[in-house]
Order: sequence, then structure tokens, then C-alpha cells
Amino acid sequence: MVFNKRFAVLLATSLLAACANGEAPKAAAATPPPSKPAFSADPYPSTYKPYPGVPTLVTGVTIYDGEGGRIDDGQILFADGKVVALGQSVDAPAGATRIDGAGKWVTPGVIDIHSHLGVYPSPSVRAHSDGNEATAPVRAEVWAEHSVWPQDPGFSRALANGGVTTLQILPGSADLMGGRSVVLKNVYARTVQGMKFPGAPYGLKMACGENPKRVFGSRNQMPSTRMGNMAVDRQTWAKAAEYKRKWDKYNKSGGEMPARDLQMETLAGVLAGEILIQNHCYRADEMANVIDMAKEFGYKVTAFHHAVEAYKIADLLKANDVCAAVWADWWGFKMESYDAIDENLALLQNAGACAMIHSDDENGIQRLNQEVAKALAAGRRMGLTIPDELAWTWLAINPAKALGIADRTGSLKPGKEADVVLWNGDPLSVYSRPEKVWVDGALLYDSSDPKRRPVSDFELGQPGEGDVK
Amino acid sequence: MKGLLLACAALIAAPAAAETIAITGGTVAIGDGSAPIEGGTVVIRDGRVVAAGSGVAVPADARRIDATGKWVTPGIFAGFTRIGLVEVDGVDQTNDSRARTAPFSAAIDVAPAVNPRTSAITVSRAHGVTRAIVAPATGPGMFAGQGAVIDMGADMDAVTRPRAFQFVELGEDGAASAGGSRGAAHTYLRNALNSARDYARNPAGYGGRDNTALFNRTDAAALVPVVTGKVPLLAHVERGSDILAALALRKDFPELKLVLVGVSEGWTVAPQIAAAGVPVIASALNDLPAAFETLAATQSNIGRMVKAGVKVGIGMIGDNDTRQARQELQYAGNLVALAKLPGAAGLSWAQALAAITSGPAEAIGLGGEYGSLRPGRHADVVVWSGDPLELSSAAEAVFIDGVQQPTVTRQQRLRDRYATPGEGALPKAYDR
Repeated sequence: MVFNKRFAVLLATSLLAACANGEAPKAAAATPPPSKPAFSADPYPSTYKPYPGVPTLVTGVTIYDGEGGRIDDGQILFADGKVVALGQSVDAPAGATRIDGAGKWVTPGVIDIHSHLGVYPSPSVRAHSDGNEATAPVRAEVWAEHSVWPQDPGFSRALANGGVTTLQILPGSADLMGGRSVVLKNVYARTVQGMKFPGAPYGLKMACGENPKRVFGSRNQMPSTRMGNMAVDRQTWAKAAEYKRKWDKYNKSGGEMPARDLQMETLAGVLAGEILIQNHCYRADEMANVIDMAKEFGYKVTAFHHAVEAYKIADLLKANDVCAAVWADWWGFKMESYDAIDENLALLQNAGACAMIHSDDENGIQRLNQEVAKALAAGRRMGLTIPDELAWTWLAINPAKALGIADRTGSLKPGKEADVVLWNGDPLSVYSRPEKVWVDGALLYDSSDPKRRPVSDFELGQPGEGDVK
Repeated sequence: MKGLLLACAALIAAPAAAETIAITGGTVAIGDGSAPIEGGTVVIRDGRVVAAGSGVAVPADARRIDATGKWVTPGIFAGFTRIGLVEVDGVDQTNDSRARTAPFSAAIDVAPAVNPRTSAITVSRAHGVTRAIVAPATGPGMFAGQGAVIDMGADMDAVTRPRAFQFVELGEDGAASAGGSRGAAHTYLRNALNSARDYARNPAGYGGRDNTALFNRTDAAALVPVVTGKVPLLAHVERGSDILAALALRKDFPELKLVLVGVSEGWTVAPQIAAAGVPVIASALNDLPAAFETLAATQSNIGRMVKAGVKVGIGMIGDNDTRQARQELQYAGNLVALAKLPGAAGLSWAQALAAITSGPAEAIGLGGEYGSLRPGRHADVVVWSGDPLELSSAAEAVFIDGVQQPTVTRQQRLRDRYATPGEGALPKAYDR
């Protein structure tokens, strides 16, 4: 119920404006403006509640704060679900659990901005294939959360092996506009509502390039080309602008309520700046086209995902304040990934662009720290100087910003949610693993305690249940 | 296009001839499971390892390479890949891994399809992979065909051993190929092996079996070396019961030289695999029930199998097999990391290196020639900037058959072109 309070207010203001501010309705209106929103902006609200934790002090530990800061031999205290203090030494209340962090590292929980856990869960049988609606090139009306299977065993691996505490679940890339994303806390629940990150804005998954034109072109439908991709997108945005105008007018002046169109509703939310564009796009030239399209219709691209050629236009991305979420070393699996290079992340960082790692993969999500380490090493080999603690922004504050939740998580700052990982060594070393993971201050993984190892319903009673994975 | 061709030509400059080389002062790991030796020397002559370790004399005529502060290991012998068969996976014309509608199955030979100029070979070489087991993927039948062992050298002679093994899908994929059930798959497999026996007994008369439609002369002939144990049969199995059913084949076909591939649930039947003496080329980090045949998958699988006495190498089964064998180093490092994880079973550092060098070489029957720095082995040697399993390390010098290799990739050229974004006095297209 906390969910999307900010979002709901924004949406109500721009789309469904309730005139609650006392503004007088236009006298000419046949029907006065609505006194309350015509429908809920948050019909599937988050029911996530942090689990209880205990005040915890980690001492003698190396801390990456997730915003580029580093404290050696430091201390961090969290309590009541929030980061309280960090520094060389901090005052802890009597009775706080003390953990000796010598030789270990503390970081904010890893954030994966691009995951399909839950919508393409394990086991990946056809009955579980819920990530691509793919029945028309524009399916902005579908919501990933309505496909997420909260029992996906992948969530537990992302937590225990990857230290992932927050993740965005996206629809696939078969469609130009594949539907709304959902941001989750990586905490198992019986319902997806129980996992939803309270207050996180929605995203709209869009896709450039090969996938939409292949999927629909092979059915002899538009789009079958890249220019077709753009044309369908532009026509759709034009329609969305008209839809938004109708609702804006209704909310301001009343009259007959326009028909609801769920597809257009999502797009109008984008045009109103409330829904963030998460845009699958590989090639530099296509990203440039999309940036111009966003200007043409008055919306903003928050992040390009995959963005294997982002390094070619790092300056353009920086100038337009668009983030790039990339892999470390995936390359060549299809034509538009042919020019991927291992130095992509480091070159983006070097150019001052907003860069981050992402997984797009149920295995890769277990090792995003290692992916960052590889990308960092590639950058250093070409002479770029990027400190470890700065590289950690690639899986902390940068994805948090691109998800619109940087005020809540993504770094270890007093008052922020205590999404914390204690690593049993340097987290950029292949030899290190999460030792403990807290979400909102609750200890939800402890490598030394099999009872703090989540086992999804699916794995209960199966071979290997509760095994160290 | 012309520019690309020229760039490619620059990348494939002919390597220097084999020479006598002494790599001195580095931390030397033999790759056979023995502990690394600090301050060791590796001597290479005529394309072979003469000696490696401490107290090795440096021949007077040797070119000396100072590896002080660096690590020296055998090159990575990638356990199960499709390197060299594919340039871009999604571009069918460049993808020779699978023949979906071929009239043949077991007879299909990957050797003539291997293109030494494939980008994946260049990239693998630059990351210290020197040799790879290359398997075809299955088309309409269970048998994918005859795989090869290749090297990553910058020359046009990539195939180390053609027709080095046969690859067959069992488990879920095999069942699907055989008509829809595991029972059908085993019937299909046994029929094929019996067909090969028939063919071997009387090649001229072959064709008399009632069900020859299932197995034509060419395919039957290709299985003769399998059924007689002259080349290994690599069988992809994941589920515990599928592993045991594969092992049971040896009762009726005692000559079969079986190698199990994949084997995500191997730890659940590890004593039986060990007792059978059948080597395994396993996925390293599968830990999800990605299919019902991998319900018990765990990253501790390899560690537990090794503890039970199974000989294990790491492979890229269904895992970016056309291009990312370089990740085997990372995988091996992850298995070492498990040692610090309560309840997990990992590998020692030396065991982990062996799992990506001598392990796969031995599994394919080439351990006497490749995969370690033991005397007499082919001199596939890599000098690393640091611990090769660590993510920050890189291959600095790569030797294949004793020949130092170029390690520039097309990716590095792109990197350099775009080191600073924005155009200069001329378009980027002039910048090289």
C-alpha cells in the first residue's frame, strides 16, 4: 500500500487530475471535472513488508558505499531496516550484533536492472514461457508483474551467489513496446505484490533492432525493417499524445470520460514522465535515432539496455543524460552484437556517461560482481584509471538511478534502506562470495546457516532441496 | 568491407616458426593437478615442451622470456565447444554448428567446416585458449556427427585431430530427436551401434537390415570406430538416471569408450561414474533446475564428483559454446571459491586448472600429447599477467605448438578507434 504513492500522485495530477486543489471547473463543461481519479493508478499495490532485523555493526571491514566512496578498516551500523552510520568508527547501541569484518568487504546490495526471473523462470518449460507477449509489435498494455512466478528458484541463486537485493523484471524484446516492467525486492513472497519494491516507478520495455523486425517480419507483418520499427514507434507515440490530450482535457474540464485504453495508458504515463523508458538497443546508430524520437515526442529514454555499441556514442549518451546498461563480454551471438567490446563499461565511465552492468540472464545475475571485475580489468589494460570503489557504482547507485529508486537504495548512506552484502573477500575477485545478505536490514542469506537459505516451493521435496547451490 | 578485409589480413600475419624458448622466473603450473612452482622455467623446443618446473636448465640457444611476477601454464584446452564453426550465431550462413535438415547424422564431419579465421578463434587465442574440443550440434537425429580437436593458431591448419569423437544427445534432447521418449532414444542408439557392427562385418552387404531407413550406409560406417572403441562417444546426459542408463550401454557394447558430457546431476551418482572409469566433461556452474533433468544441479557438482574419484574436465555445454570458452578460466576460479563456502565442494587451485587443461585433453584421449607442461607435450603455453583464474589477469604471450601467436583482435581495433568518442579531423572510418 506504500507502493507507488509518488507515482499515483503524479499520475493523478497529469492524467486523471482530480481538481482536489480546489481549482474551479470550467463553467462551460457539460459534466464537471471528476472529483477523484476515474480509476486506480496502482491497482496491484505492493504488499512488501521488510522482515525484522537486529541492529548490526560490522567492524574492521572494507566498505564500498556504492557511490564511489571507500572506507578501509571501517565500520557500518544498520538498524530498523536502515543504514544508520558508517565511517572509520561509529557508535553502536548496546546489544547490537557485532560482526568482525576483517578481510571482508561490505557493499550495498547488487541491483540488476535487466532480469527475466519470474517471467522466464526455471525450469524453462514452455508452460513457464511468459516473457514475450509477441502477438503484436506494440503490447504496451501488458505488465510483467502479471507473468512473474514468485517461486522461480532463480531468485534464491541471485540472492545467495550474487548478492542481488533489487532487480527489475522486464518483458522480452520481441515487441517494439513489450510492456511494463516491475521492480522487485529480492525477497520471496507468495504473491508478486509481496515482492514489489514500494514506490518504484514502472518502466516501459522498448526494443530496437533485429528482434522486433525478425519476429513480425517473419509473419509478413510490419515491422520487417529498422525503418519499419521506427515508423511503428512514431505512429504509436503520435496516437499516445492524442490519447493523453483527451485525458488531460477531461481531467481539466470534465465532459464525457474518454475510453480507457490500457496500451495508451502506459504510453501516456511515459509522456507524463512517470514511467521510465528501458530500451533494448544494440547499435549506436539506432540509439541515436531513438534519442531523437524521444525528443520528437517529448519523452525521455532512461536507459539503453545491452547497448553493445554505447562506447561509440558515449558523448551523445552523456549529453542526453541517457544511461547504458551493458554486459561485460557478451559478443557476436547476433549481427547487432558483432561490435561488442570488453571495454564498453570502462569507456562509458571514462567519458562521464552513466554506465552499469546488467545480466539479462539467470546465471549471469549470480556473478554481476565478477562481470564488473572483468569489465574493469579490460579498461585498465587499455590504460583507463578507474578505482574499484568507483566501478561498484555500476551495480549500485547507477542502476538505482535508472530505476528511479536512488533515494531509497543503491548506496550505503545513512537513512537509506539497509540492502547490504558482506562478502567473504574482495568482491571483485573470482574467489569471493556473499557471506551474508540483508534486505531492509533483515538477514535473508547467511552462508554459514542453512536455515537462512531460501528454498522456493518448486524445489521443496526435489532432489537437491536446500543444497548449497 | 575492403577495410575489414585489410584489417583481417593484418590480424592473421603468419606466426614465426617454432623456436627454442625458455620462459623463466614465473610461477609455473603444469596443469596436471600439481601445485604451482614459483620461480620455474619452461623450455620449449621444436614445438614441444622439453621441461617445466624448478631447476630446469636453459639451453644456450634459447630465446629467453622473463616471466618474473607472471604465471605460466599450459594453454586452455576447452572442454566442449563449437568454436570455429560459427562467425555470428544468428546469421545462418555463417553458422555451421547444426544441420537441421541434413540426410546424414553420425557421418557429419565438422573438420572441413572449421574456419581458422573465425573471430571466436582469435578472441579465444587472445584470452589464452589454445585448443578446443569442437562438437557438431544435432540435426534431425540423435547423433550430431564427428567432432574434432582444433587449435587456435593464427594459421590455416586448425584441425589437430579430425573425426576425434562422435557426439550423441541423450536425455531430453535425445528423446525429442528419437521420436519423443528416452526409451525410443536408447532403442535408436542401440540400433545404430548394431548397424555399425553389421556394417563392419560386411560393408558390401550392408543395407539388408529392415530398418536401414534409420541408418544409412554412410552413417553406419561413421559409427564403426565408435562401436569398436577407436574413438570416444561423447554422450550428453544431465539427469542421474540418464547417466546410469548411458553407463549401462557398456554392457552390450563393451568396447565403447564413453565420455559423459553435461552431467549436472553427476554428484548424485558419482560413485557409479567413478567405478565405471568414465570421464566427464561437465558444465562448471550450472546450479538451477533449468530443466527437469537438472533438478539437483549445484556448483558443487564437479567438486563432489572429483572427490568421488571421477575424472572431470570443464566444458561449455549449451553455454555460448561457439565463442566464450575464455570464460572457462572464470568458471575454474569459481570452483576454487567454493572452498570458502560452508557446505560446498570445490576444487583446489591446481585441480581447477587441470579441469581446463589436462582434464579435457585426457577425456578425449589426447592427454599424452596436449593439456599439460609435462615433457614431450605439444608446447601450448601461456604467460599470464597474474593468477590466470583471477578476473584481473590477462594472457600476455600465447604459444601454440611452440609458436608465439598474435593476439590482436577485431574488438581491440574497435576499442582503439573509439578510445575517445567523437570524430577527429576525418571520420572514424579513416582512423586505424
